[in-house]
Amino acid sequence: MTGTGRAGVGWWLLILPAFALLLAFYIAPIVQVLAISVTDPEPGLGNYERIFTSGAVQRVILTTLRICAITTVLALLLGYAIAYAITLASPRARGWWVLAVLVPLWISVLVRAFAWVTLLRRQGLVNNTLMNAGMISEPLPLVWNEFGIIVGMVHYMVPFAVLPMLASMREIDPRLLAAARGLGATRFEVFRRVFLPLSMPGIIAAGVLVFIFSLGFYITPAILGGGKTLMVAEWISLQILDLIRWGLGTMMATMLVVAILVTLAVFSRVVDLRRIFGAGG
Amino acid sequence: MSDARGHALSLREVSKHYGSFAAVERVSLEVGQGEFLTLLGPSGSGKTTILMAVAGFVTPTAGSILLDGADITPLPPEKRNFGMVFQGYALFPHMTVVENVAFPLRVRGLSRADRDAKVRAALDLVQLGQFADRLPKQLSGGQQQRVALARALVFDPNLLLLDEPLSALDKKLRAELQEELKALHRRVGRTFINVTHDQEEALSMSDRIAILNHGKLIQHGAPGALYERPRTRFVADFLGKSNFLDGTVRDSRPGGFALENGASRLAVALPDGEAPPADGTRSLLSLRPEKIDLLPEGQSADNVLEGRVVSWAYLGTGFSLRIATEALGEIRANLPAWRSAFAPTEGLPVRLGWDARAAVPVAEDAP
Ligand SMILES: Nc1ncnc2c1ncn2[C@@H]1O[C@H](COP(=O)(O)OP(=O)(O)OP(=O)(O)O)[C@@H](O)[C@H]1O
Ligand SMILES: [Mg+2]
Repeated sequence: MTGTGRAGVGWWLLILPAFALLLAFYIAPIVQVLAISVTDPEPGLGNYERIFTSGAVQRVILTTLRICAITTVLALLLGYAIAYAITLASPRARGWWVLAVLVPLWISVLVRAFAWVTLLRRQGLVNNTLMNAGMISEPLPLVWNEFGIIVGMVHYMVPFAVLPMLASMREIDPRLLAAARGLGATRFEVFRRVFLPLSMPGIIAAGVLVFIFSLGFYITPAILGGGKTLMVAEWISLQILDLIRWGLGTMMATMLVVAILVTLAVFSRVVDLRRIFGAGG
Repeated sequence: MSDARGHALSLREVSKHYGSFAAVERVSLEVGQGEFLTLLGPSGSGKTTILMAVAGFVTPTAGSILLDGADITPLPPEKRNFGMVFQGYALFPHMTVVENVAFPLRVRGLSRADRDAKVRAALDLVQLGQFADRLPKQLSGGQQQRVALARALVFDPNLLLLDEPLSALDKKLRAELQEELKALHRRVGRTFINVTHDQEEALSMSDRIAILNHGKLIQHGAPGALYERPRTRFVADFLGKSNFLDGTVRDSRPGGFALENGASRLAVALPDGEAPPADGTRSLLSLRPEKIDLLPEGQSADNVLEGRVVSWAYLGTGFSLRIATEALGEIRANLPAWRSAFAPTEGLPVRLGWDARAAVPVAEDAP
């Protein structure tokens, strides 16, 4: 006990600088945000009351939750298919696949959002092609709405969905799949009864990651939503920077943090998050 | 476990090439109904490849595989109805014991009631009833092995294929499960094909052994026949231990010959019907260490050899001696310990003797 006790003190001293930094630059601002949300414009829970009384606030929250849910589902479906293909690919092809998944991560999110705008706007590539082909007579409203936001967000999120699912698929012993076929299962049954359940930890991890990430998304919804469809991050910036309503903005920021913590708490009940995100063995 | 007759399998000139490398080369083998056949060979000899070809996971590059005379070479694994116990068992980690054993029945669309009855019977067969609701990781190695067996038997497979089913277990448990597996084979009456590189396991469990090396079938037959009459140096060496004595054939006649090596002449008797090698040719004899006796003063044998003990080891059941002889170099002999109050010491002069029937002529292996 004394031995480990002394070693423990040593460890604490080592992480002290990091801890101080975290306190100064991370926790203190959050505490301040919380403080403003219950003091501005007047002390009390007036700002939080707005969640139940203000239609505008409710609309932002519902829009955000809906977009995040749809984005998560689509990113998981696409990501699962990609991760599955990578898992089954030959080792050489696998390297190229992983590269193809990772490259978008190195391109600025701003660049990607504007690229989608040029593709999806009224005179964009997609609408022009469809019109020239005679398939539509009017340009489709593909951007500056929820549809545009979801396209951009799914595109951004797919790599984050692929990586945890790929990690959990690569842990599946290929002999189990062979064994299942030897025991009489068709390829589809092998997938449904063996592969899918064994890759479930990766699906859950990817889902939590993408959902939490999506909740606070700012640049992509701001550009592809065109100011007409608001998600919470943009709404907060609008309250604070343009309307100078600090109390309302910080209230929503606090709610965002709470939503993230609640999501994590719920899933840490269901699964071992530490294992999923790769800590420990 | 309804029909207990088992099925017959034949391999006809089966080959498997990976590029220019032959993992299996023109192997032909018949496995009779209800037989327990073991594929035995050193690591990399192609045992798993043959088993996987039988199971349908590996497509032979040439040759065909027949079940009861019908060609099954093109059938995918799930259509063959073969039970298989994989190296390392390959139990589904997310399913309990019951779910694992029920898996083959579930994918065959059996009703719940039928499934339950069969699963219970299979678990009873391997004496695992009380572990039904555990996950595989909550079981010991031996218990996991039994779950794998139950899972492979529960759907009345045409054949049971086992890839080194006991290799992950410790020695004592292995011996126990060898007996259990053999008893199980007798009870279910199915055709078993077992893969191992453990010669003791092969000898103790099998009706027949097929010995492989470098992808080729070297010799097959009943364990006793293989052990007593190995045909090549490799078989004699791999299945048990052996001394090898070479020399020139003299005095060749039906039923035996003499092997001349320098000044010594060894008498060799052949079983009925085996043709002796021609006079003047070179021959190699395999002589099992346990067939050599220490001769007391005054006693004689077909072959007698003088030597000195170089080193010895006590094995509990007996002594293993290395003896330097002037005529034939170093010879290994095993003696039972209980028969005489023999106390070996280094340099002790001894007289070795063995029967003319003890030594077996074997062929040098093809390079
Ligand atoms: N997919 C493959 N590609 C190339 N070579 C292979 C492949 N599978 C097996 N081999 C080769 O074929 C040979 C036979 O392999 P196999 O697995 O049948 O050996 P084994 O007798 O089961 O050995 P062990 O006792 O080590 O399990 C080996 O030399 C192996 O390297
Ligand atoms: Mg093998």
